[in-house]
Amino acid sequence: MAERKTQPDTAEVAIGPVEESDLSWIVALDTQNTGMPKPDYWRRLLDGARTEPHRSFFLVARSQGTRLGFIAGEIRAWEFGSAPCGWIFAIGVEPDWRLRAVGTQLFDAICAGFRQAGVTKVRTMIAREAQLIMSFFRAHGMMAGPFVELEKDLDE
Amino acid sequence: MKLQLATRHALFAILELASRPDRQLSAAEIADKYDLSTNHLAKVLRTLGRAGLVEASRGVGGGYRFCGNAKRLNLLDIVQLFEPIWPIGQGAPEPGDHTRNGQALRRVLGEIEEATRATLSSITVDTMLKISRRTQDAPAEDAVRRAAVGL
Repeated sequence: MAERKTQPDTAEVAIGPVEESDLSWIVALDTQNTGMPKPDYWRRLLDGARTEPHRSFFLVARSQGTRLGFIAGEIRAWEFGSAPCGWIFAIGVEPDWRLRAVGTQLFDAICAGFRQAGVTKVRTMIAREAQLIMSFFRAHGMMAGPFVELEKDLDE
Repeated sequence: MKLQLATRHALFAILELASRPDRQLSAAEIADKYDLSTNHLAKVLRTLGRAGLVEASRGVGGGYRFCGNAKRLNLLDIVQLFEPIWPIGQGAPEPGDHTRNGQALRRVLGEIEEATRATLSSITVDTMLKISRRTQDAPAEDAVRRAAVGL
C-alpha cells in the first residue's frame, strides 16, 4: 500500500501486509500489551493472511524501517445469518507511538481492504473493561450492533 | 434507560459548550435551545463547575465555557456526578435479594448495568459530538402532530 501523506501531529507511516520477519515483534508487542505470549496464534494469523489474502488481513505500520503497529482481521460470512462483514480482532501500537494516529491509519487501511473485498460493514468484539480500546473504536464511529455475545462456563 | 433530569441537563450543557469552545454561553441560551428550566440548569452548571468541567465568568458577555478534556471525559464521568450507575452487585441491597430468585434477578440486571457502564464509559465527549454531527434533528413535536393530521 502507498505511503500516506499525513498531518503534522500524525505519524507518517507506510502500511503494508505483514511479513515473516514481523512475527517475533508482533508476539513481543502483544505480550507487552496483554501479558500473555501467544506465538502459535500469531503464526496462524500470519499464515492465514498469506494463504487467503482476499479474506484475511494482517497489516503492519512502519516508519523509516521501524515497526509502529499492527492490525488483524478477516471477512466472515453467515454466522447466524450475518451477511459478510469485516471483523477486526487485534490491534496493537508501540507505546511510544500512541496518540499519533497510528491506530487510526491502521483502522482506515483495514477498512479500505474490507471495502475493496466488497463488504460494507466492520465489526469487532471488545472486553467491557477494556475502556481505552473500546473508546478508540467508538471514536472511529463504531456503535453497538444487532448481535449480542453470549457465553457459558462449560462445567456449570 | 432513562436518565434523571439533572443528568440530561448536564449532558446537554457539556455537549453544547464543548461544541463551541470559542464561545461563552449563558445558562439561558443553553436552556432555550434544549427546552430546559434555566433555574434547574444553573444549579446543574454549578455542580459541573465544582467538578472542574465548566468555568463561569460574570459580566457583559459572560457565561460558561467547557474546560474539560473532550477526548478524555466520558459520558459515565458526567452521569455519575448526578446519579449512581453501580458496578455489578454493588447497588444498595433490596428486599428479596437474599433469595435464590433474588440472586438470579440481580445477575440478569447486572448484565444490563454492566453493558450500560461499558457504553457510557467508552463514549467520550469528543466521540459524542461526532455522533451528533452524523445525526439529524428530530422533527419538532408540533410539526409531527401537524403531519399526522395532514396539515
